[in-house]
Amino acid sequence: MAGTGEEAVPSGQMQSGHGVDAGKLEQHFEETIARDRRIEPRDWMPEAYRKTMIRQIAQHAHSEIIGMQPEGNWVTRAPSLRRKAILLAKVQDEAGHGLYLYSAAETLGADRADLTNRLITGTQKYSSIFNYPTLTFADVGVIGWLVDGAAICNQVPLCRSSYGPYARAMIRICKEESFHQRQGYELLLTMMGGSQVQREMVQDATNRWWWPSLMMFGPPDAESPNTEQSMRWRIKRHTNDDLRQRFVDMSVPQAEVLGVTLPDPQLRWNDARGHYDFGQPDWAEFKRVIAGDGPCNAQRIANRRAAHEGGAWVREAAAAHAAKQAARAAQREAVA
Amino acid sequence: MTSTGEAVPTEVGQARSNWPLFEVFLRSKRGLNHVHVGSLHAADATMALHHARDLYTRRNEGVSIWVVKAADITASSPDEKDPFFAPSGDKVYRHPTFYDIPDSVPHI
Repeated sequence: MAGTGEEAVPSGQMQSGHGVDAGKLEQHFEETIARDRRIEPRDWMPEAYRKTMIRQIAQHAHSEIIGMQPEGNWVTRAPSLRRKAILLAKVQDEAGHGLYLYSAAETLGADRADLTNRLITGTQKYSSIFNYPTLTFADVGVIGWLVDGAAICNQVPLCRSSYGPYARAMIRICKEESFHQRQGYELLLTMMGGSQVQREMVQDATNRWWWPSLMMFGPPDAESPNTEQSMRWRIKRHTNDDLRQRFVDMSVPQAEVLGVTLPDPQLRWNDARGHYDFGQPDWAEFKRVIAGDGPCNAQRIANRRAAHEGGAWVREAAAAHAAKQAARAAQREAVA
Repeated sequence: MTSTGEAVPTEVGQARSNWPLFEVFLRSKRGLNHVHVGSLHAADATMALHHARDLYTRRNEGVSIWVVKAADITASSPDEKDPFFAPSGDKVYRHPTFYDIPDSVPHI
């Protein structure tokens, strides 16, 4: 827009709010949120909101990117061409989800290369669930059923996040997650209709993934100090414990249809509450895995780092090719 | 990360930082406008189109894609109360509901 001194950059730039009454800007921001309207990239926003959103979106993006590895482990050993095609499509979706989210983080001023660097140097986290190994092909099914099922519980409310680009990315992601969960459940149904060994594989995978899946909702509410602020900003719509309960209530009947037992002796229907009672995951283990001491933390980061560094020559070659083409086009234009 | 959104030179990220940011617009089917769906990095416009296809149309979401360098977009100021839009605020007579027409008049 000429004459305003306003630079036009739709993504990756921010308003400083210099020279304007900061109190008024904050009031406008708060009112926008209170009316359940979305905050858009170039709106004024409190620094803490921006920082929190960048951290939340970046961690989510990293989780999708690292999330390709546990299942990617089985692509070459999928038992049929059908399962391999499905698994490839799913892993490709995870990459896509990571990219939608990095794109959303960049609208807040985050830099893509910096985010990648933070992931491979371990200075930003990703979901602890992806630090567990995939031991058999049944794990592919259980990840679709439980891990993606838990992700859906977490993500559906985020489609109404107050930050517009994040909410829009989540709508796209949730549509695709539904395929992920259903392919996993169907895979398990197929295995449960197979041999005794296959049924045991499904039960074993369920036993190993159930508790880490419950951990995906984060620590209990009493130990989640940021929840209140996040709910006020409408970047979180339900507490960790509420979402965990919702997930348990959804999963129990699904386990029954499948014919597997969920590995929780305290799991039973509570008529008074109208919900299932259930036991708590091992929160000490959760903290250990988050801190870097899970079964696969080092391997996941090493793989990501190797892929990134191994791809450097491709990125450089593409940039060199683009520069050459641009130079030639300029030359042609000069001659013509 | 900097407040200007400029790339931070880092040892592992430098090459990628040279890839400009493109905004992606999709026409989901004939008869509809192109709509902004997100952004991506690519070395040039051709690569941006290929990446946009892989990233934003894995399930037939589009029949046509536009990509444009983010830096080439000129935008109005972000504030929705901006005086830039004031000229249309007080012209209610531009809307059909401004005019009272008797109920007995058909098809209007």
